[in-house]
Amino acid sequence: MRIVTVRRITQVFFFLLFVWFCVVTTIGMEWWQLRGWPVNWLLQLDPLVAVATMLSTQSLYRGLLWALVTVVLTIILGRFFCSWVCPFGTLHHFVGYLSKRRKRISAKIGLNQYHPGQSIKYYLLIFLLTAAASSLLGRLFGMVSTRPKLSMVVATIVLTGLALLSLLKVMPNPKQAMTILFTLIGFWLVLGLILPAENLIAASLQTGLMDPIPLFHRSINLTLLPFSESLSASQRYYQGSVLIGAIFLTAVFLNFKVPRFYCRFICPLGALLGVLGTFSLWKIGISGDKCSKCQLCDTDCEGACQPADKIRLSECVLCMNCLESCQDGIVSYGTAPSEAGEIPLPDLSRRGFLSSFLSGAMAIPVMRIEGLVGPNFPPSVIRPPGTLAEPDFLARCLKCGQCMRICPTNIIHPAGLESGLEGLWSPILNFRIGTSGCQLNCIACSHICPTAAIRSITLEEKLGQKEYAQVGPIRLGTAFVDRGRCLPWAMDRPCIVCQENCPVSPKAIFAREYFGTVRGGTYRVQNIAGQTLELGGQDLPPGQFATGDYYVMTTHGGKENRWRIAENTSKSVTVAASEPWHAAPELESYIAIQVKLQRPYVDPTLCIGCGICEHECPVSGKRAIRVTAENESRSPGRSLLLPKT
Amino acid sequence: MNQKAQQPTTNRRDFLLRLLKGGISISAACSLSYWLYDATGPGRVKNQNDLVTLPDFSIPSPRGKMSITTGLDRVKTINRGLEALGGIEAFIKQGDKVLLKVNAAFATPPILSATTNPQLVAEVAQMCYKAGASTVVVTDNPINDPSSCFSLTGIGEGAQLAGAKVLLPKESFFQPTTVSDGVLIRNWPILWQPFQGINKVIGIAPVKDHHRSGASMTMKNWYGLLGGRRNIFHQDINTIITELAMMVKPTLVILDGTTAMMTNGPTGGSLSDLKQTNTMIISTDQVAADAFGATFLGKTVAELPYIAKAEAAGVGRADYEALKPIRLSVA
Repeated sequence: MRIVTVRRITQVFFFLLFVWFCVVTTIGMEWWQLRGWPVNWLLQLDPLVAVATMLSTQSLYRGLLWALVTVVLTIILGRFFCSWVCPFGTLHHFVGYLSKRRKRISAKIGLNQYHPGQSIKYYLLIFLLTAAASSLLGRLFGMVSTRPKLSMVVATIVLTGLALLSLLKVMPNPKQAMTILFTLIGFWLVLGLILPAENLIAASLQTGLMDPIPLFHRSINLTLLPFSESLSASQRYYQGSVLIGAIFLTAVFLNFKVPRFYCRFICPLGALLGVLGTFSLWKIGISGDKCSKCQLCDTDCEGACQPADKIRLSECVLCMNCLESCQDGIVSYGTAPSEAGEIPLPDLSRRGFLSSFLSGAMAIPVMRIEGLVGPNFPPSVIRPPGTLAEPDFLARCLKCGQCMRICPTNIIHPAGLESGLEGLWSPILNFRIGTSGCQLNCIACSHICPTAAIRSITLEEKLGQKEYAQVGPIRLGTAFVDRGRCLPWAMDRPCIVCQENCPVSPKAIFAREYFGTVRGGTYRVQNIAGQTLELGGQDLPPGQFATGDYYVMTTHGGKENRWRIAENTSKSVTVAASEPWHAAPELESYIAIQVKLQRPYVDPTLCIGCGICEHECPVSGKRAIRVTAENESRSPGRSLLLPKT
Repeated sequence: MNQKAQQPTTNRRDFLLRLLKGGISISAACSLSYWLYDATGPGRVKNQNDLVTLPDFSIPSPRGKMSITTGLDRVKTINRGLEALGGIEAFIKQGDKVLLKVNAAFATPPILSATTNPQLVAEVAQMCYKAGASTVVVTDNPINDPSSCFSLTGIGEGAQLAGAKVLLPKESFFQPTTVSDGVLIRNWPILWQPFQGINKVIGIAPVKDHHRSGASMTMKNWYGLLGGRRNIFHQDINTIITELAMMVKPTLVILDGTTAMMTNGPTGGSLSDLKQTNTMIISTDQVAADAFGATFLGKTVAELPYIAKAEAAGVGRADYEALKPIRLSVA
């Protein structure tokens, strides 16, 4: 079989597998719904996820070890992932094929010429990785003030070592090296002394913004699958999906301008794989001097790596098309270097490198000045159960949208700028959208999270049972009653839906009974006939007080007596037969018509912030009971209550 | 492919070199992954910084545990009162590093007596230096903006004139502590950095009406060592004051009852809130000092539950007369 056919089969396989994983990431009774499928497998194979989380957390979480397979194969084979595995790459490959299939060969060749802009992806990669590493860098700088002696020793050893190396003439240009190193060490020491604001020097994982696997997951999960109601647990809505969709479509349609535009110019994963595959053992190249310079090898070159010229190895995505299009039969994939020469490393300028490095290192600290992970935390940002404390969460969240897809109730949504620029598309809960609040017995999101930004929890831990009885259930926040909007508090209307729906036992919402005289509800008794009072004054709305919630209130010797109203006409009220007058109202005395209200209160020691009350609240716009982040378990600094005694 | 196999030896060398590089890269990637591999993921609670514990700064008093000196002039009453207890030298030795915990809670002028009197701070700092102290640190984590508090109360200037070092709280100064036998102060940040190297602590507090706790005196003054969202502790004010008194074992406390804030506390804001009570209390027992101080506000010990709680916790004695206070008067 031709190698290109093998490649196409592989691509189709991984593409379908990816789509399949997206579809099955849903909870339900159907055979095709989540049944232990390894739905994160492609995210785990993605080395950018692994490398970036290693930088931001100094650990490699569980399944991300799969990335090692990709890394090892890339070191041996080159950047095969892009043309053989990556489903986003396959989509671009296919759309690119559609866009140029009717073009003339010369036009196709023109489209596949190397462009210096292909270096942009490396700068993006540097920027994103440095942002992920800024806490590591901060620690390096912080060493100067926390461990000054050690820092001095390190500086001395490095400089002496360098001096020795230059004396031994190992260095080609000792003077330049010395200058650079002196500057760097001076920079390190000075910056270390003036950089004490530890809370600002923090890392956050931003690779997911552009990393193709999380991007593709996010796009399919949040902007394509919602169109099919039958492929999800319920009709899906996602706030802010328009931006995600627009970026996705732009990336796809750019293939009509330049094939594999995203892969060539933007993809930071491609850049990482390009660097990893620089010294790969096998590679594309030409042998002999028989090349007729026909350029036909560029016709379908996916990477725009100029195979017949000095091949740019970091751009070559191993599509193997050049092997087929070469008329001279001299292009091959093998261990020998190309006889036309090779450019193994990408074109990077020192200035470009430094500016992307420095802006990456500065980006997160500058964002942290907003104080959104500190005193200025946004109270409306509620994270899924099991989410780590905000700084640790931001160091791990990929923005892949897997939790948003799996959530059976559709309450997990991609954040806009609610939690700052660095929290873009991170999961936040929206209790208005969806089918309910956070379900008491559901821990799906915590188990699907590929990077443990939402750490995996057990039901016992979520509910505070067994070994967790002492610490109690996981709280997402606390519900607060907005008395100005609540029907029984502000509008004399019985309701108490929030209390009824509170899922914890004993309920965190309780009610206090209150009798309120209805508007203009004082009447003079004109006649008493059995259970019926004929009333003077304004007409009553017939039947309105017959609901069972209304009472006649009389004052007798300073004591209030109430009788439930069974029916009313415009001139009379009749109290229920079961409640005979025990102290009948007197003629010409005044009675009040009252409504019995149950007014909700929240017991903050019991409220877990699940948001079911907010979801059910009949005040449909801005709810009259809303959950905010106070007292959430993940942030000890936001506690509302004293520690349990 | 066949053609390639017959490449000259330079290619073989090149290939071997690349094989070596590849091998090194692969083993580096594998060992890094192995080293950083985390099978369990992050746990429920993040590893906290090590807890710190304030040491015991108290020393036995040679000549008495409490002096009560009446007089208008703070400089005179503090001097006479200390003399009666054996002089400052009985408490501060050569080379000591002293921390003065003042009440600088509000950014108000000293005349309103919402904060520790600056003249008193300066005098105590000078006395410490005279007794041979090598360092005197003045600190507090006030309620209003720290730099405004220390400048507007005059405490900053007074302390500096006496040669003391003023330490304004910074985020990095706080470390979590746990009071053993406490229920509220568990893993809670306190103003730790200023205590580095300190071996003597003197608390200096005014006598003030306090809406939630009834009275703010020497024990309540330690509230200013708490960091974090400490106001949640107002849900249980008597317990938190007791635990603060358990947390700090000072060398001395000075309760300045020269002017007492009788109403509208603890901020005050008007001279009409104040009353001249003309008394300086110095004690090694903070419970006794506060029990006596309550009388200035017309309150009994029973009206301030934290005094009985602190006594029950073994912090000191509410029956100050049992300590046989030395009573003095200066003209």
